[in-house]
Amino acid sequence: MRFRSDEGFIHKQASDITPLSIYEQRRVFLQQLLAAGWVGAAGSVNAQAGQRPGKLAPLNSTSSTLAGVQATDTVTPYKNASTYNNFYEFGTDKADPAENAHTLKTRPWSVEIEGLVKKPGVLNLEDMLKLSPMEDRIYRMRCVEGWSMVIPWVGYSLSELIKKVEPLGSAKFVEFVTLADPKTMPFVGSRVLSWPYVEGLRMDEAMHPLTLLTFGMYGEVLPNQNGAPVRITVPWKYGFKSGKSIVKIRFTDKQPQTAWNKAAANEYGFYSNVNPNVDHPRWSQASERRIGDGGFLAKKIKTLMFNGYEAQVGQLYAGMDLTKNF
Amino acid sequence: MPVRQLLLLPQTKYLLYGVLALPFVWLIWALFHDALGANPAEALSRATGDWTLRLLCVVLAVTPLRRLTGLSELIRFRRSIGLACFYYACLHLLCYAWFDQSFEVNEMAKDLVKRPFIWLGMICFVLMLPLALTSHNAAVRWLGGKRWQQLHKWVYVLPVFALLHFYWMRAGKNNFAEVWVYLAILSGLLLSRLWFKLNNIRVG
Repeated sequence: MRFRSDEGFIHKQASDITPLSIYEQRRVFLQQLLAAGWVGAAGSVNAQAGQRPGKLAPLNSTSSTLAGVQATDTVTPYKNASTYNNFYEFGTDKADPAENAHTLKTRPWSVEIEGLVKKPGVLNLEDMLKLSPMEDRIYRMRCVEGWSMVIPWVGYSLSELIKKVEPLGSAKFVEFVTLADPKTMPFVGSRVLSWPYVEGLRMDEAMHPLTLLTFGMYGEVLPNQNGAPVRITVPWKYGFKSGKSIVKIRFTDKQPQTAWNKAAANEYGFYSNVNPNVDHPRWSQASERRIGDGGFLAKKIKTLMFNGYEAQVGQLYAGMDLTKNF
Repeated sequence: MPVRQLLLLPQTKYLLYGVLALPFVWLIWALFHDALGANPAEALSRATGDWTLRLLCVVLAVTPLRRLTGLSELIRFRRSIGLACFYYACLHLLCYAWFDQSFEVNEMAKDLVKRPFIWLGMICFVLMLPLALTSHNAAVRWLGGKRWQQLHKWVYVLPVFALLHFYWMRAGKNNFAEVWVYLAILSGLLLSRLWFKLNNIRVG
């Protein structure tokens, strides 16, 4: 007869055995241990958001106190948020950017401010990082393709920067231009879109405190594939409205010619607010698949009006026909 | 051993079954080893669609290959490849119905109307159905060789709908490179039949 060696599963007394309910929480327990140090410092409301992935340089910040900016949804794992991206300059497959974006040079970096402003000029990234205190905000991010994530961003309201450059009264729109460097971005020049990638907002949208000038995520600087070193995040609009790797911010009196609107005006409107009641011409926008949440068998979830930010931004569109201005 | 005898071995057929099952086995393995990326449901839908299209190319290549090489024994494998193509199409449809629509029939009906590429895919499936159902020997006897063959000529319209389905799916990203590759392969395979016919080349 052979006896199995004790691998920790032989208990002299039944009471030595960890109760099932506690045993099943072992991963949560470890996560909480890991998170404790960071969460304490950041005061984050979402335990998982506090976990720094430890991949890139940390970005010091404090939790935002603005109302409605800390989504209580489960935060998407960093691994998913940094490997499932749309950044066509690095390829159209969602796995492409994570593979190809290492060529992007994020230092030195500067952003040109031009157009209808009192203080046009060039802002160095270093100065932009110091322009206003960095805040943690957990936003839902809904892609027009029908999937979504929940991402802890680091940055400050774009309005802080806009106020500093003093737009003229005639400035009605803000245009964001993404870098288009064929040397470091292998798919710039592909015929999918016209380059550079241009996005834009109405002035009141750009000035809304929710609109985040973003420098980091998960407590660290942005991975290249997520739009390093600086991007825009507009949580109530479809993801493509949030331009990445911004090199130019232009103030204009005309509605900007945005990249996807130019490519297919009937499918991608200038506003592109998340709206479950207005379908994309080719698919429904009523529901979305939450990435990294519950595995492949998880049911889709209902999409919320303005991605759940209606209380904050609804008044921007009061009286507007959102079906016409999709 | 000469190629002809090798092709006639019963083991060769089992090997083929194994090869045809490989993508499926890989997908299941990947699913349980977290190797399908951030959106496994989408990865499964796309992979099963890709394999349906690839096997359609393979099954349509059997006859041209027979004519080019004179290896008429290859015909033994056509039915298995065709059925495998159908099985992957079933999985593809299952992925859509399950992951995208949670088996909600009303939603599927709405989606069918809304998205041209969905109904094109559905047409493909409906066209494949009678071919798969009449793939066994009894059906050949029941229909009679001639009628059976006529029915199975439907396979030639499949590439048209399958490619349109694929094209429309990719239209969202203007990403047509792969579509053109499949178009080249499939039109080559169909045109080769015309060429063999015009030159009166038959399998020896």
